[in-house]
Amino acid sequence: MNTQTENVAPTMGRTDYPLECRDVSRTFLVGKGMFSEKKTLKAVQNISLRVKRGEVLAVVGESGCGKTTLAKMLLGLLQPSSGEIFMEGIPINEVDIRQIARHVQPVFQDPYSSLNPRKTIESIVSLPLKVHKIGDSASQKRRVEEVLEMCEMPKRLLHSYPSQLSGGQRQRVAIARALVMKPEILVCDEPTSALDVSVQAHILNLLQDLRDELNLTYVFISHNLAVVEHLADTVAVMYLGRLIEYGPKDTIFNDPKHPYTKALLDSFLTPDPTQDVPEIALGRGFPNPLDPPNGCAFHPRCARVMDICSQKRPEQTTVAGIKVECHLYPQIAKAAE
Amino acid sequence: MTTKEKVIDVQNLKVDIDVPAGTLHAVSGISFHVDQGETLCIVGESGCGKSITALALMNLLPKKAKLSADRLQLQGRDMKSISEAEFARLRGDRISMIFQDPMTSLNPVYRVGDQLQEVYTHHGKGGRKEAAERAEYLLEKVGISAPKSRLIQYPHQLSGGLRQRIMIAMTLMCDPALIIADEPTTALDVTIQAQILNTLRNLQKEFKTAMILITHDLGVVARVADKVAVMYAGKFVETGTAMEVFQQPTHPYTQGLMACIPTPGNTGHGRLGSIPGIVPSLVGEMEGCLFRNRCASVRAECEKGAEIPMKMLGEGRGYRCVMSVEECMKRAQVEILSEAS
Repeated sequence: MNTQTENVAPTMGRTDYPLECRDVSRTFLVGKGMFSEKKTLKAVQNISLRVKRGEVLAVVGESGCGKTTLAKMLLGLLQPSSGEIFMEGIPINEVDIRQIARHVQPVFQDPYSSLNPRKTIESIVSLPLKVHKIGDSASQKRRVEEVLEMCEMPKRLLHSYPSQLSGGQRQRVAIARALVMKPEILVCDEPTSALDVSVQAHILNLLQDLRDELNLTYVFISHNLAVVEHLADTVAVMYLGRLIEYGPKDTIFNDPKHPYTKALLDSFLTPDPTQDVPEIALGRGFPNPLDPPNGCAFHPRCARVMDICSQKRPEQTTVAGIKVECHLYPQIAKAAE
Repeated sequence: MTTKEKVIDVQNLKVDIDVPAGTLHAVSGISFHVDQGETLCIVGESGCGKSITALALMNLLPKKAKLSADRLQLQGRDMKSISEAEFARLRGDRISMIFQDPMTSLNPVYRVGDQLQEVYTHHGKGGRKEAAERAEYLLEKVGISAPKSRLIQYPHQLSGGLRQRIMIAMTLMCDPALIIADEPTTALDVTIQAQILNTLRNLQKEFKTAMILITHDLGVVARVADKVAVMYAGKFVETGTAMEVFQQPTHPYTQGLMACIPTPGNTGHGRLGSIPGIVPSLVGEMEGCLFRNRCASVRAECEKGAEIPMKMLGEGRGYRCVMSVEECMKRAQVEILSEAS
């Protein structure tokens, strides 16, 4: 390996948990009208989670639940309003932004808008190397060819433009661009939701191969539970900015604790013609995030709502290895003690 | 013979579009019929001609596109020969459509109620008062609480799920014989998707409406369809009931599609099946099987002839492949084995 490309490897130490959130919140001020007062939108509230090296952490939830805000904070693109994010054990605001970029890279949802239409594939993929001044142009070119090959892109497309590529090929380019810096972690925000099933299968296989090959860690944001089930090791379920259930995938998929997770899993349609469309025990409509319900934010839609749910916000408890925020469980946990 | 009424009956529907490079055969000869209260799902990947088929049935094709068909009947009435003005009377009345994106399919400057009522009054079903009553009744039917207060709202005040419910109510204003739904739930969250599909199903049962549902989501197809047509490069490559197609996918393309979807139990970080290659260009004359470049079981016969004929295995059950059913089944087995290893 060339010494100049070797520079790409992060100089940060390696820990078991390359990314960690401790009690992270992010609020936005949203203006409702010209004269009305600005309101606070709590996009992410008190989230604590750790991403283990080499694992796939899937973040699931409905649109507007704060998944993307969390991803942006993990990428160092947004500062948390409170709480701290640690990268390899170091608080992220003490890490140089270039260092963060070498460590964590994003893959976005829409490969049609995330690639510059006026640049060739080669210049899109090599841009990070140029920005970080890694290697000379010859070694940059070699590195670009290397990652494109890793992403199963033919060499002849080096000088093509994004408009000449299919959706799947564009997403490969986006992945190649993320990998060119040899990051440790990829944050994928709905990387396959704009693609057809057969193309989605290609990309998922590719992500899995890359993970085995490069020992990557993924934070995988998705609302497609089939994909999550296929790929994830750990699942974090978000609802209205809160982490309501968090634990190993198998446990959560086999025996979900939170009623919202149950409803989410029920509404996932497996291709089974013997079954009908499920009746979902969920009240209609997502609540207004600017004016969230009191107590547990999920209680107006919950099938197992109790009196306490509208009065007090549930604390996080651990049930069978799963962290869950629901009033159904503190009693059980206390009774067991 | 079935006593059920054929709501729509299509024979050999073709849509050709003139492009600079020649003629693009967007839809090349599809035939199907949908009975009262029945759901036909057309499934396929982007660019296979699903949406063009929907637009052709609605007579909303772009001017450049040429439509031809041996038969195109709505409730026994020939739709090929009728004028645009007559079609405008049918559209929204006898045949109506739900589009994919609820964010753009409602007019942002009119109140929801006015848009709903317009369908009714425009088709001369009654006056404004009856229209308002009908709108309120249908909003309740599609599961919107406090319909009166919704009627005076503008689309931007509503969520995506609510808008799609309103679109469904709008298609039902004149009690149509046929609803065409083009990816009605793709833009929505999974929880909302299940609710919307449930609403659609229940209403369809209640009003005995025929439905053509266009989607790429095999999970939706399996749960909703009575009949399934798998479309590839402008042709149906496999048809049958949902049971038949899902339990015994015969055409290599259908088998490939099924292997692509991650399903519970079929995981454990295993690899997904995939279909190599891309959809062929549909410009110019086409010969043989259009799937041959992506098919693992390709043979010399696949290249010959104008097109591979549909082999019928029974009423409405067929597939378009040179291989026999046994060969197709064996092929599927081999594929599964090779994936497992």
